[in-house]
Amino acid sequence: MSESFVIKSADLLGAGRQDLLIADGVIAEVGKVSAQGATVIDGDGLIALPGLVDLHTHLREPGREDAETIASGSAAAAAGGYTAVLAMANTNPVTDTAEAAERVFDLGRACGLVDVQPIGAVSKGLAGEELAELGLMARSRAAVRVFSDDGHCVHDARLMRRALEYVKAFGGVVSQHAQEPRLADRSACCHEGELSGRLGLPGWPGVAEEVIVARDVMLARPTGSRVHVAHVSTAGSVEVIRWAKSQGIAVTAEVTPHHLMLDTTRLTSYDPTYKVNPPLRPAEDIAELRKALADGTIDAVATDHAPHARHDKEHAFAEAAFGMLGLEQALQVVNTVMVQPGLLTWAQVADVMSVTPARIAGLTGHGRPLEAGEPANITLIDPAASVTVDGAASHSLSRNNPWHDMTLTGRVQTTLLRGRPTVLDQEVSQ
Amino acid sequence: MKHLLSAADLTRDGAEQILATAAQMHDVQRREVKKLPVLRGRTVVNLFFEDSTRTRSSFEIAGKWLSADVINVSAKGSSVSKGESLRDTVMTVAAMGVDALVIRHHASGAPAQVTDWVDASVVNAGDGTHEHPTQALLDAYTMRSKLGDLAGRRIGIIGDLTHSRVVRSNLILLRTLGADVTLVAPPTLMPSGIAEWAAAEGFSYSYDFDEVLPKLDAAMMLRVQKERMTGGFFPTPREYTVGYGLTRERLRVLPDHAVICHPGPMNRGLEITADAADEARSLILDQVSAGVAVRMSVLYHLLGGGMSADRGEDRSAARTGAEGRGATGGMSADRGEDRSAARTGAEGRGATGDMKA
Repeated sequence: MSESFVIKSADLLGAGRQDLLIADGVIAEVGKVSAQGATVIDGDGLIALPGLVDLHTHLREPGREDAETIASGSAAAAAGGYTAVLAMANTNPVTDTAEAAERVFDLGRACGLVDVQPIGAVSKGLAGEELAELGLMARSRAAVRVFSDDGHCVHDARLMRRALEYVKAFGGVVSQHAQEPRLADRSACCHEGELSGRLGLPGWPGVAEEVIVARDVMLARPTGSRVHVAHVSTAGSVEVIRWAKSQGIAVTAEVTPHHLMLDTTRLTSYDPTYKVNPPLRPAEDIAELRKALADGTIDAVATDHAPHARHDKEHAFAEAAFGMLGLEQALQVVNTVMVQPGLLTWAQVADVMSVTPARIAGLTGHGRPLEAGEPANITLIDPAASVTVDGAASHSLSRNNPWHDMTLTGRVQTTLLRGRPTVLDQEVSQ
Repeated sequence: MKHLLSAADLTRDGAEQILATAAQMHDVQRREVKKLPVLRGRTVVNLFFEDSTRTRSSFEIAGKWLSADVINVSAKGSSVSKGESLRDTVMTVAAMGVDALVIRHHASGAPAQVTDWVDASVVNAGDGTHEHPTQALLDAYTMRSKLGDLAGRRIGIIGDLTHSRVVRSNLILLRTLGADVTLVAPPTLMPSGIAEWAAAEGFSYSYDFDEVLPKLDAAMMLRVQKERMTGGFFPTPREYTVGYGLTRERLRVLPDHAVICHPGPMNRGLEITADAADEARSLILDQVSAGVAVRMSVLYHLLGGGMSADRGEDRSAARTGAEGRGATGGMSADRGEDRSAARTGAEGRGATGDMKA
């Protein structure tokens, strides 16, 4: 029998204080619980949420273990309150076979800090030409359900249509990186507008995202397929998704912490830390994204955690790698920009960061209610702590943290994965 | 003033000072012995990530005529593909003991990034599609030599404005000098967000060259690069010339006193006809000769003095002071000379006398 714990007097989803008895990896009892024989975790002043689930993580292993490994990314995830992450397929080699998916899955389980669930590539080698072995990945031990060519848009309408149809056989979903390549090519790196004009940076117009979102929801409509829009960044995409949902189209969408908080003016310094794809958008888009997350048009917060070795970021802005870290700050950012201003309740945070992402990804053991008999995947957060982010203190191997030196509200105190503390009093267990 | 990264780094007074010193330097150029001792012992590296014969040689001559040691480093080709980061490349060069880095880079913002990594002064010699402040200074210098004070003068900048680094610097500097600027291009070659930008900064823009033309005191024609012709920015070169070229017909509409500039290299027959280019009032060769004088002035103000030329007066004054005191004996003699020369330069009088000595 494994060690049992009692979480004393935590506020469950902000709905009231309870004790939680954790034994054998599950929540054994909720209410007023005797601590006898169990290790006490003080939950006073803390909010308890179901363990967070990230639909969009780049772990870089295999291929770029200098930037992140499954172990270091798992530690960063646990520190951020996550109990499951979906690992994007754009590794080297690409996760486009059952064997590759199982390898990622097994390395994640061996590390044991979070459940690492591989995302399979839609197309072989992310080349956008032929379907990868979607069915074999689905049947593998990794039971892949989410497929994405992230980093590349599945821009060929016929390939996208076939992928959407095909994954219906096993309840899969295609997560689309919406970027029409003729409107925003690989050089595009700054929101197209007045600032890109002034800075002389190649523009990435919002419409390049919006036309793909619009096309994809129309492709999903006749087949009844599920389509998921990764990292929605513009008000126009929100409009399209809102309309599609009103039509009963099976579309879901995620927004990143950085698109909820950081605007395009960060680029005036040409600091490549702020280079990300899709790019940071103007304040008006940010306001719409927050509204859409609050009203349910956007279903989930996903980090797009994208570690990069320092030397891949220390180039001229246009030549530096795309992406920024997110796992350790996501919950703090959501607290700071959504919960504290009253846009989301803690119950809604549980929905957008755990329950809904788990449902989209088909992870049945995650995103469960905090009730007796449920798996003990739990995150405890101190909602009032004021934290100045120190990028150098990250568990990630990379340092491209856009929140470095900023002050955010909230701190993850403890994370439990199936009843075992992966983080206890801010310390990641090994 | 420590760096010149953008035309926005210059106040009106600062720009006036640089242009006044440039005039003195221009006089020196006409002498048989052109060398001035003001930057003796200082090292200037031209770090060029992109080919540019004219700008590089102009900076090289400028540095040499000021007696600096000038080294050209070509870092052509993407550093990404070589596996070396921009930071590595720059730190390696800076570690050799460099007083000024003159940087040309194919990517916007690279010179600004470099200032975070090195102590040397950085001069932006053209970055991507962003800025080229010394080009703007020499354009202003040349226009002033024909038009006098530019305050209230109407200046049109016509051509491929999206991909031009010259337009941004010129727009900013000309407005600092009080000119009334109009950008002219087809919508596909206007900078992104031009309507918001123009409204925020109070300049104008037009898609109609013929409407703007009769009111101009100066027409600055920018190059339309060959690759734009296949990029779908406009249908054919012929159509571009009809809409936006400085043709023989338009030359007749341009007021008699107006001047024509082109930062080069020209596509004769596309954005400018041979007639226009060769017109007596064309300043195109003057622009090239002014280039050396202006760059001498910039290097002199950055390395020799001219502290009040920038917007961050206190900071750079403090720096210069600290450096002066901390310098070794041999160096401080040089710096003493520099400082006195700078003072006279700043006053705009007697600098030539000093330089003769």
